[in-house]
Amino acid sequence: MSVQEAAVLSPRARMRRRMRRRLLRRPLAVAGLVVALMFVLMAIFAPVIAPYDPGHSDFSAALAPPSSEHLFGTDELGRDVFSRTVWGARASMQVGVFSTLLAMAVAVPIGLVAGYYRGWVDPVVSRITDVMLAFPFLIVAVGLAAILGPSLTNATIALAFAAVPALIRVTRGETLALREEDYVRAAIANGASDTTILGRHVLPNMTGTLIVQMTVWIPTAIIGESLLSFLGLGVQPPTPSWGVMLSAAQPFIDQAPRLVIFPGLAIFLATLSFNLLGDGMRDVLDPRTQN
Amino acid sequence: MSDPTLEVTDLRMHFPLSGRLGRAGAVVHAVDGVSFTVAPGEVLGLVGESGSGKSTVGNCIMRLLEPTAGTIRLKGKDITHLSRSQLRPLRREMHMVFQDPYSSLNPRMTNGAAVGEPLRLHGIAQGKDLERRVAELFDQVGLNPDLRHRYPHELSGGQRQRIGLARSLSVRPSLLIADEPVSALDVSVQAAILNLLTDLQHDLGFACLFITHDLSIVEYFCDRVIVMYLGRIVETGTREQIFASPQHPYTQALLSAAMTPDPDVQRGRQRITLEGDLPSPIDLPAGCAFRTRCPLAHESLPKSEEEVPELRDVDGDGHLVACHLARHGRRVPRLGERVAPSTDRVAGR
Amino acid sequence: MALLELNDVSVRFQTDDGPVQAVDRVSWSLDSGEVLAVVGESGCGKSVSAMSVVRLLPPSAKVSGEARFDGRDLLGARDSELRAVRGREISFIFQEPMTSLNPALTVGRQIGEVLRRHLGMSGAQARDRTLELLDLVGIPAPQRRVGEYPHQLSGGMRQRVMIAMALACDPKVLIADEPTTALDVTIQAGILDLLRDVRERLGTAIVLITHDLGVVADIADRVVVMYAGRKVEEAPVHELFAHPQHPYTVGLLAALPQASNGSGRRRLQEIPGIVPSLPEPPRACTFAPRCPRADDRSRSEEPPLGEVRPDHLVACFHPGEEPWPEGWRS
Repeated sequence: MSVQEAAVLSPRARMRRRMRRRLLRRPLAVAGLVVALMFVLMAIFAPVIAPYDPGHSDFSAALAPPSSEHLFGTDELGRDVFSRTVWGARASMQVGVFSTLLAMAVAVPIGLVAGYYRGWVDPVVSRITDVMLAFPFLIVAVGLAAILGPSLTNATIALAFAAVPALIRVTRGETLALREEDYVRAAIANGASDTTILGRHVLPNMTGTLIVQMTVWIPTAIIGESLLSFLGLGVQPPTPSWGVMLSAAQPFIDQAPRLVIFPGLAIFLATLSFNLLGDGMRDVLDPRTQN
Repeated sequence: MSDPTLEVTDLRMHFPLSGRLGRAGAVVHAVDGVSFTVAPGEVLGLVGESGSGKSTVGNCIMRLLEPTAGTIRLKGKDITHLSRSQLRPLRREMHMVFQDPYSSLNPRMTNGAAVGEPLRLHGIAQGKDLERRVAELFDQVGLNPDLRHRYPHELSGGQRQRIGLARSLSVRPSLLIADEPVSALDVSVQAAILNLLTDLQHDLGFACLFITHDLSIVEYFCDRVIVMYLGRIVETGTREQIFASPQHPYTQALLSAAMTPDPDVQRGRQRITLEGDLPSPIDLPAGCAFRTRCPLAHESLPKSEEEVPELRDVDGDGHLVACHLARHGRRVPRLGERVAPSTDRVAGR
Repeated sequence: MALLELNDVSVRFQTDDGPVQAVDRVSWSLDSGEVLAVVGESGCGKSVSAMSVVRLLPPSAKVSGEARFDGRDLLGARDSELRAVRGREISFIFQEPMTSLNPALTVGRQIGEVLRRHLGMSGAQARDRTLELLDLVGIPAPQRRVGEYPHQLSGGMRQRVMIAMALACDPKVLIADEPTTALDVTIQAGILDLLRDVRERLGTAIVLITHDLGVVADIADRVVVMYAGRKVEEAPVHELFAHPQHPYTVGLLAALPQASNGSGRRRLQEIPGIVPSLPEPPRACTFAPRCPRADDRSRSEEPPLGEVRPDHLVACFHPGEEPWPEGWRS
């Protein structure tokens, strides 16, 4: 495309085009994007995609191997594994996405304030997050879920809480760096209020990092959800969830390993796809990365 | 005789170093007793190398920092310790242009929004009126007003500096602090920005504190000059005084180190080299801070080790020097022949 | 025969925004003991052309043309041959000594490593030679400095250490990429004096890459002016400054604040527009869009390098010393 043609596009469009090109040059990231999107669509359109109701039991066909009627076979209660896997995406995506969003909603403001104002807030916040980070993510999530009681909502809250300290760290770090930028100093020199500075100058320049963080935490939360359901602390049966499917499949590992393989594969692919997408996005958003 | 636009008196900015084992209480003396004034419409050059404290002076005046001691008076009003909300209305009177064109503009804001921000924040204009004013400002700094809708990363370094200037001058401040505004630009672009600054200063009549390390720009653009070393002023005077007859040995060394783009002249000049390294600002040498590198140090002993030299008007002509060797009737010895580039040119051509 | 020679070297990069022709058929040569300055503003390709000589470019760069050192082909040489030359016969100093020196190793160890690796010196030999080198580059109390880390030294000192490392193997050529740009003015002068000293005492030839015409006036013997990847002018230093021929050179000299001093605050010469980043080498003069002398010919034909004055090459259809017209805009 010639210089003149490029000039006709709006600036936003040009930036997006460049990013798209960079992303497309990374096949792994593209694969990640496609698969992640597939799971998201699967979650949204589960009622349409799944051939059977996930709770519908057909005891006559219990533990049936894959066939034309049941793509992935049936489980011990005669439920269609394929449909359950598809519906399971819902639980995973819901918990994965919402817990991450909730964590960000809490962590970002705290990180902004700590990083921007420093003073006494920063050391206090930093020490608290340090302590919280000493506990592994999954242990915190499991512990909190156990306290709150098993349910999808509680699982979401538990996973969000466990993700908050690390997100505070990231946000604080970005804020510390951004507040030294000259345009922030210019805004101060303009007499802008702190809210204006944080809202117009600091936060918008963090979105790249935050997007990348999302692609890290969503798969972590998916694994978290699977673990919680596996332990019986998350989604409760009969609601399908990959974790629940794994848990229920344990006694039948010898007879029907596919009952473990399919949900396991789903978890694996879902998290891998977000990870690859995240890696790709990180490269794309970092202007210094060369091809 | 009108009030000076800016009056700085005994400004000090000390940064405590925190938590260093065994060095708790160590302090960086970034600015250590600086006093000067800027008259309305005057361009004052603030010259120094790294560690001189010149940028810190600029930041203090802009109240991006709160000075440790001393006073800053903007158009007669003491702004040294005002709170943010008290400062806000006064911020219309002073603004700053930054060195790095790549970090002085928010990458997420359109150029028009960046330029219009001060007008908006100070409640001077909004809506259509704001749009119009912003377009006018673009025109004034030599930019196509269509660029209002673009983003900074689409502009060159020189164009971004123009945006920075438009933003700073949008509210018609009385004082513009330019902190190395052209140092990050290529020479040809530098020329354009300097021309623009000259024009704007002529049209709008603001006073300007021009902070730089580049002496050739100072000679070109500034009416008066202040030379700083390790947080203190070592010499101040008019452009002619400083460039034709520099007094302080540091000023002389600085001028001799500046390169002239003329091989015959440049190679014919005798260069004054300073020995040693810049002392650490945490641990300033007692007395005269420059004595560790001064070619004339031996002549000023033992006083230079004990007493900080005072900035004095030796001949009553407004040319101030802070050197123990400067006395009435006796000038500081010239360190080398043909020191100042401009005198070479005047003499040789 | 020239010590270092570039013949029709071109460098092309693949970037995310498409291909970029960083250097377009540039030739220059360096004689023994000479100081050649390659001058231009940012983006002109001066650093890239010098780095291409020893293949110090990222893998996305495609280099064509010929580079010869002492008659030996460099661009086609095997990696092992090149490594023998790099750092030993042709060495480098860069702009930012802080990032070019390893912060985790002492000064002595870093210089010693070069000596041991390239010259096979023993520990004791290396230590002696290191002290010698530190003394050579004017670092006082070298015995103390040897055990210090880069962050303990000032910017000027670090640059001297870099020069010491570069001179460790007594190279025939030193390529200095903006060696003084990041330094204070007073320190800059000292480094240039040192480079001059190196040339006189050791006979090292120097390629000095810079944008600063003052530095060029101070130390260069010959000057190559580059613009948008092409060489536009070449001449001995006195000749270039006294009789610049290419409108870009003329404009550049007139843009310097020093140019207008002594005559009041006269307007500086602006060169409107920006240095282009070209995907393809155009079949025209690259400077034409910004040039007051441009005409249809320069917009449709590439001006060849011609000898306009004795030993003075220019790539221009309208060479001459006349200044730019007042207030000219493209």
